[in-house]
Amino acid sequence: MSAQGSKFDFDIAVVGSGPAGLAAAALAASKGASVVLLDEQTEPGGQIYRAVTETPVRDRKVLGPDYWHGAELLGPLRDSGAVHWPGSTVWSVARPREDGPDGERRIQIGLSRNGAAAMLTVRHVILATGALERPFPIPGWTLPGVLGAGAAQVLLKTSGLVPSGATVMAGSGPLLWLLAWQYLQAGARIDAILDTTPKQNWRAALPLLPGFLRSPYLGKGMKLMLEVRRKLTVIGNVTALRAEGGLAGEGVLKSVVYTRNGTEHRLPADTLLLHQGVVPNLNLANATGCAQRWDEQQRCWRPTTDEWGATSVEGVSLAGDGAGIGGARAAEEAGRLAALDALHRLGRIGREQRDQSAAPFRAALDRALTGRAFLDTLYTPAEAFRVPADDTIVCRCEEITAGAVREAVRLGCSGPNQAKSFLRCGMGPCQGRLCGPTVTEVIAAERGVSPAEVGYYRLRPPVKPITLAELAALPKTDADIDAVFKH
Amino acid sequence: MTATALPRPDVIVIGGGLHGCSAALQLSMRGVRVLVLEKDHVARHASGVNAGGVRQLGRHVAEVPLSVASMALWHGIRDLVDDDCGFESHGQIKVAETEAELETVRARVAELNALGFTHEEVIGQEELRSLVPAIADHCVGALVSRGDGAAIPFRTTFAFRRKAIALGARFQEGGAVTRLARKGGLWSVETADGGRFEAPVVVNAAGAWADRIAAQVGEPVPLEVIAPMLMITARVAPFIKPVVGATGRTLSFKQFPNGTVLIGGGLLGRAVRDENRTELDFSQVSVNARTVWDLFPCMRGATIVRSWAGIEARMPDQIPVIGPSGTEPDLYHSFGFSAHGFQLGPIVGRITADLITGGATDLPIAPFRIGRFAA
Repeated sequence: MSAQGSKFDFDIAVVGSGPAGLAAAALAASKGASVVLLDEQTEPGGQIYRAVTETPVRDRKVLGPDYWHGAELLGPLRDSGAVHWPGSTVWSVARPREDGPDGERRIQIGLSRNGAAAMLTVRHVILATGALERPFPIPGWTLPGVLGAGAAQVLLKTSGLVPSGATVMAGSGPLLWLLAWQYLQAGARIDAILDTTPKQNWRAALPLLPGFLRSPYLGKGMKLMLEVRRKLTVIGNVTALRAEGGLAGEGVLKSVVYTRNGTEHRLPADTLLLHQGVVPNLNLANATGCAQRWDEQQRCWRPTTDEWGATSVEGVSLAGDGAGIGGARAAEEAGRLAALDALHRLGRIGREQRDQSAAPFRAALDRALTGRAFLDTLYTPAEAFRVPADDTIVCRCEEITAGAVREAVRLGCSGPNQAKSFLRCGMGPCQGRLCGPTVTEVIAAERGVSPAEVGYYRLRPPVKPITLAELAALPKTDADIDAVFKH
Repeated sequence: MTATALPRPDVIVIGGGLHGCSAALQLSMRGVRVLVLEKDHVARHASGVNAGGVRQLGRHVAEVPLSVASMALWHGIRDLVDDDCGFESHGQIKVAETEAELETVRARVAELNALGFTHEEVIGQEELRSLVPAIADHCVGALVSRGDGAAIPFRTTFAFRRKAIALGARFQEGGAVTRLARKGGLWSVETADGGRFEAPVVVNAAGAWADRIAAQVGEPVPLEVIAPMLMITARVAPFIKPVVGATGRTLSFKQFPNGTVLIGGGLLGRAVRDENRTELDFSQVSVNARTVWDLFPCMRGATIVRSWAGIEARMPDQIPVIGPSGTEPDLYHSFGFSAHGFQLGPIVGRITADLITGGATDLPIAPFRIGRFAA
């Protein structure tokens, strides 16, 4: 099975078991490749189908039919023969090397399982690392009581938890409406939804509406939004937001202050759920050295890929939202396309077979992406929420404000990497997940150039923190590696 | 891209690392018009991402006089560059894990004393414990240099750049030097982004790319491109002040004021200099982690949040090239610091400026002449 003779060599490693990873692993393994599916969660599903096998939310109408679709991806995975290693945190994917005695391409993956680290060797990697919530830097966003809507949704899926006390949701984008709807079904209390979608976005999005009218999301989305609007207080045209604690702004969240039509209003709040869309989780691809580009429409960095998800690094491909936001159904199809291309590159199927097999998946992908431009345009966050004022913290790990970043630019830092070296922004444990897009945009705005010109952080492994003890005990022999992986 | 509108510089410095910026600063302090050509951006490589050790301890004897003179500049670094560069002096310590290692460091001190240097001392187990309470029980003593310390590399290099600019130096970033030629007493320097500059004098401070500059004037050097690796932990409660190394193995270990712990020492990853890229070798990172595991039991549960490598030049004899070209007049080299050039930055800039403006330096630089590699 492998040139090295170790049983822990695989043809393909798939990183992430959301829709893209599940579909990619199942398809590749069903065609006879040896496949390992690695994911840090204990159960498959990724974030979108998080806990789909074991959620305590048994009433199926709460999470909705789109969520339960995730369960349909598990059967094919089980039947495919792919090896699934849940609880595996991938912290490094090296560039391929071909300097072994047989000259074959090998890619080393660093991962941790059950508190032990090891290096795994494969011939192809499909990164299906999904999306992250776009940072929403407003004054007070670091207060206890303020969290991302995505994080709140994970609590609902995994533990059936809903917020208690006065709850305000704020921001824009499909996930905000979906979560509000799910909370409604679960009987949770939502005091208000503060909609920050800029009025002028409608003007820009309108020409794209015909495409969206064919979107499979249209009917479902409209129904869900109408129900939320009927049953909850929705306050539109919100142009400024801040979270406030007790006296002197300390302690925990007490109220949310918002501006509408030029007037400030205050709402008492114990919980504020923020959301303004998602961006590709590109940390692993970036640390591997995959080229990336600025996507003006989605206002985010995305790794550069071809129509099969292949990156600039031979043997490393991407599928799903990690390569650009397209949603769960698109991710699934992209996973299948990446799997077919990996099989082709490994010599298991010919080009013609790849292309023929891909046709239905590509058609399904196109359908899933229909109308995406409308959503991207409509839900582009307002500049005020992407490029915050000077006193707002942008890097939470190191408590660096937007003003400090601007000052660094004036001193000669022309991009995020210099700002990082100078200010330590992005140097904390999150490796820029919470500040990267903001720091890019703040620097670009200050310099008066495009984000494409200022660039993005060069990220470094370990992409997820590991302990010194794990690194020190990195196994050297096959027997040692066996001991890490067999559990 | 050409600098026709601007006055011709007196000196072109190739390379915007600490050594290039330091030379630019020292020349600017003397009223010399300097243009620094940096192929990426200032402090992009080794100067911005090294461990920041400001160390006299354990240096090659040829470097000791320079290192001692540089240390005096470090202790007044704010006066030099208007920024403290994050410099803190809590000493550097090289632990001995065995009696045999302790013997080695005793011999080292005797050698230095014979040369008239007294900055290194041997300490016993008891003093080691009081200086580094977290050190593992088996360590028997150490070599210490009490005036040593550490600074923040990017901030330091940036401070040298800023002060140089304040004194009139110009910096041109983003274009690698592609051609260097001398004609009629004037150097002509071309860059990849279409720039063409002239000056009577050139300084080659191009770090891991300096061999290419030297080769253009007919003096090839056996420069090796290396990628020393570092890693850093999440914050832990402050527990150590000095920078700690080891006698029998590779280590540089220090805690920043913010609580994060930097672990390095020179274990190598892979450098791909034409792509500005490094690759980590986790089997070697693991060796480094194992050393810390052995020497600092309190660190075993610490979390590693990032590791990286910088691109550096290493010479076969592990000491730099400093001084005039052996083939061309009005060309001066300052490169090949072999992974320990940070502390020498302030003094070598001054030496280079002395050579250019006065034709001589009062420090012994003969061991660093480029001609030592000539066949």
